Amino acid sequence: MNAFTFSRARSVADALGHWHDNVRFLAGGTTLIDLMKLNVERPAEIIDINALPLAEVTRTPDGGLSIGALARNSDVAHHPDVVHDYPLLSQALRSGASVQLRNMASTGGNLLQRTRCVYFRDPAMACNKRSPGSGCAAIGGFNRNLAILGTSAHCIATNPSDQNVALTALEATIHLTGSNGERSVPIGDFYLVPGETPERETVLGPGELVTSVTLPPPAAGARSIYLKLRDRASYEFALASAAVVATVRDGTMQRVRIAMGGIATKPWRNLDVEMALQGQPATRERFTEAARILLSDAKPQSENGFKVELAKRCLVHALSLATTAV
Amino acid sequence: MSILELRGSAVKVAFTVNGRPVELEVDPRATLLDTLRDTLGLTGTKKGCDHGQCGACTVHVDGRRVNSCLSFAAMHEGSTIDTIEGLGTPENLHPIQAAFLERDGFQCGYCTPGQIMSAVALLTEPCGQTDADVAECMSGNICRCGAYQNIVAAIQSVRKARG
Repeated sequence: MNAFTFSRARSVADALGHWHDNVRFLAGGTTLIDLMKLNVERPAEIIDINALPLAEVTRTPDGGLSIGALARNSDVAHHPDVVHDYPLLSQALRSGASVQLRNMASTGGNLLQRTRCVYFRDPAMACNKRSPGSGCAAIGGFNRNLAILGTSAHCIATNPSDQNVALTALEATIHLTGSNGERSVPIGDFYLVPGETPERETVLGPGELVTSVTLPPPAAGARSIYLKLRDRASYEFALASAAVVATVRDGTMQRVRIAMGGIATKPWRNLDVEMALQGQPATRERFTEAARILLSDAKPQSENGFKVELAKRCLVHALSLATTAV
Repeated sequence: MSILELRGSAVKVAFTVNGRPVELEVDPRATLLDTLRDTLGLTGTKKGCDHGQCGACTVHVDGRRVNSCLSFAAMHEGSTIDTIEGLGTPENLHPIQAAFLERDGFQCGYCTPGQIMSAVALLTEPCGQTDADVAECMSGNICRCGAYQNIVAAIQSVRKARG
């Protein structure tokens, strides 16, 4: 690990005021310290932000929920308001990592979680995300767990988060603060596909800090599910996952929100898929058609062609679970 | 305190380990794990993968179990840290320690301190009643000897005894 200076921020202004290009804000540390040990991250300075007052989970005036950027994944997963009104988010968080990691990992850190692509994590290998212009060793390499949607000729890395898939289906808003003031970004606009600049993963600007995430009020009468498919039953990243929020009346799907994980370069939402379901009967035939639309643009790599069928089945099964009355 | 006062190559940090106050000056790169083992001589906490994947380094910080390998010591100003050394003594074992002996919840023993620290935390966490629930809550602790069945049995015996 490279040498760095360490300081503790006592206020948000304190943290922002000391920003320069080679600073990293440190929250839970579960991604950043891991990547520093691998020499993938080599910051000159670490600013510990854990003392900032950003850990609260509170109701918003409109009946939604505000989750502070430093709220730990385990606290959010078991928060009574999350369990009751946003069970999808609770399920997604509890399906990720281990209890120890969830006790450490923060909401904001999880939003910015880096890919698990083995070439990104190994500085000896070519990776355009870690070292722009060096190439992509994953294309034609070990890419079984990498993306089939949103890829480019420069990067096929998967976004690994479960939380962010649920937050996308819940249409969360991400609140940022920086030297130019505060701004709010819908999660659908927060993540970038790699294109020619895979090193840019979000619209977060230099020196900007995530302060909170807000959720709109829970949709009346909606049912939801987070379905995660993986190589083992626990403590593993998704090969494919589906977050579904659906309102069904008299057998007809009224409002449907879908986000997919494990198959794309960012939490994946396709409005055409939702449009194809809304106003239609909640039948397997319709679910299958929606899955076909979702995967119509899929570009499988040398080792992950199985994900096309896996993702289809994941979505069909998740829609069945979310729309079937119990 | 100004942020600037803390800049420098070494960082002062004060926390409590197993009830004992400790004041240290640490390299900012020092993990909590390495500080416990190498600086404080508390070698009960083990280093397995050093990347948060195996759970051998599990300790309690402010009552919650964490991977001490993925945390810098300098982050723990004012924290209360508990390790396997503070849990019990040979004459007065913690019930989870006694249950691991009773149920043969280990083979080589290398993962055992982490398993026990996780198991003790699990007793006060939201975890379902079934063996499968316990296995899920313990999935962050790997045992290469494969003592999983007996580990789950040990934990369940303590939970049942406590009602």
